[in-house]
Amino acid sequence: MWLFIEFLARWLHILSGVMWIGLLYYFNFVQGPFMAEAAAAAKPEVTTKLLPRAMWWFRWAAMSTLVFGLILIYMLSTDSGSAYWSSPRGVSILFGGILGIIMWFNVWFIIWPNQKFIIAATKAAVAAGKPVEGLGTRPRIAFLASRTNTMLSIPMLFFMAASTHNPWHLIGG
Amino acid sequence: MKNPLDTLKGTITLGVLLTVVLWLIVELAIF
Repeated sequence: MWLFIEFLARWLHILSGVMWIGLLYYFNFVQGPFMAEAAAAAKPEVTTKLLPRAMWWFRWAAMSTLVFGLILIYMLSTDSGSAYWSSPRGVSILFGGILGIIMWFNVWFIIWPNQKFIIAATKAAVAAGKPVEGLGTRPRIAFLASRTNTMLSIPMLFFMAASTHNPWHLIGG
Repeated sequence: MKNPLDTLKGTITLGVLLTVVLWLIVELAIF
C-alpha cells in the first residue's frame, strides 16, 4: 500500500509538473512572441479572457507539483532515512527540488500577484472603454520572473531526470 | 548590456550553462 501511494504521488507530481512547465513554455515560446506582434485591439482579449484561464491552471499545477513533491520527500525519507539525501540519487533529486521550489515561489509570489493586477487593470480599462494605464513595472517584473523560471526549468529537469535516468552514470558514478 | 533573459536564445543558453555549472558542482564538489 505504501509503495502504491508513493507511486501515485510520483505520477501526480510528474503529471502536474508537465502541465506547469508546459504552460510556462506556452507563455514564453508562444504567447509572448504572439503578443509582441498582435494588433493593439486583440491584446485586451488575450489578457482578459485567455490569460486568466491559463494562469489558473499554471499556478495550481505549480502548487500541485510542489505538494506531491513534498509528499515524495517525506515518503523517501521514511523509506531510506536521512542517508538517502546524501546518496547520488538523493543529492540529484534535491538539487532539482530546490530549483523547483524557487520556481514555485516565483509563480505564487512574483508572477501571479503581478499578473492578477494586470488582468484586473485591463478588465477595468476595457469596461471603461479606455486604454490600459498605470501598470508601472509590473509587466516587466512578471516577464523577468517567467523567463527566470524558463531558464531554471532546464537544470531542474536535468537533475530530476538524472536522479534515475542519467545514461552516463556521471552523477556519483 | 542587454539582459540575456530578454531573448529566448539568451534564456536557453543561460539555462544550459547553469545546468553544466551545477552538474560540475555535484560531480566535483560533492562526489
